[in-house]
Amino acid sequence: MNSFFLFQGMGLFALVLLCLYRGAFGPGVLNRIAGICAIGTKTLVVLLLMGFIYNRVEMFVDISMVYAFLNFIGTITAAKYLERIGELP
Amino acid sequence: MNVQQIVSLSFLLLGFFFFIAATVGLLRFPDFFCRLHATGKGDTMAVLLSLIGLSLYEGFSLTGLKIVFIAVFMFLAQPTATHAIARAAMRCGQEPWVKGKGETK
Repeated sequence: MNSFFLFQGMGLFALVLLCLYRGAFGPGVLNRIAGICAIGTKTLVVLLLMGFIYNRVEMFVDISMVYAFLNFIGTITAAKYLERIGELP
Repeated sequence: MNVQQIVSLSFLLLGFFFFIAATVGLLRFPDFFCRLHATGKGDTMAVLLSLIGLSLYEGFSLTGLKIVFIAVFMFLAQPTATHAIARAAMRCGQEPWVKGKGETK
């Protein structure tokens, strides 16, 4: 079961790299925000899998929770800022 | 492997399939709104399935309850964030893609 967690973590890391293409080269700032938000959700699951691999899940679950909060707040902040200035930078 | 591990493994594999589908949609769709549609719904479902699988593997404890809490929070927060970005894009004047126009930004 531990090796399965390891391989799923590696697969999720490959998906994070694919999303990073949209985050780095995506045309316009909106595509970048969407890519970074997708990376945040994948990283949350990767953190929990790391906790199960290292047998320290009671510590990693708190880090994962804080990561979920920060990802949500960051996305909402960027969206609110873009909505207030009213044009694409 | 007992029944609990097999059920949690199948949930994790189903979640991984949804992650792959969301990433392919984010990379391949022609327009910002189409990409947001793919990644918003696909990532929500994938996170939900993965966290349910992990909490089943952990069992009934404080850590399992925290994982369920993260799942409930993501189920509420991810559609909210997607809606906020889409509304900001509409207010900023991003044009939706129509058929036959080719790839826009």
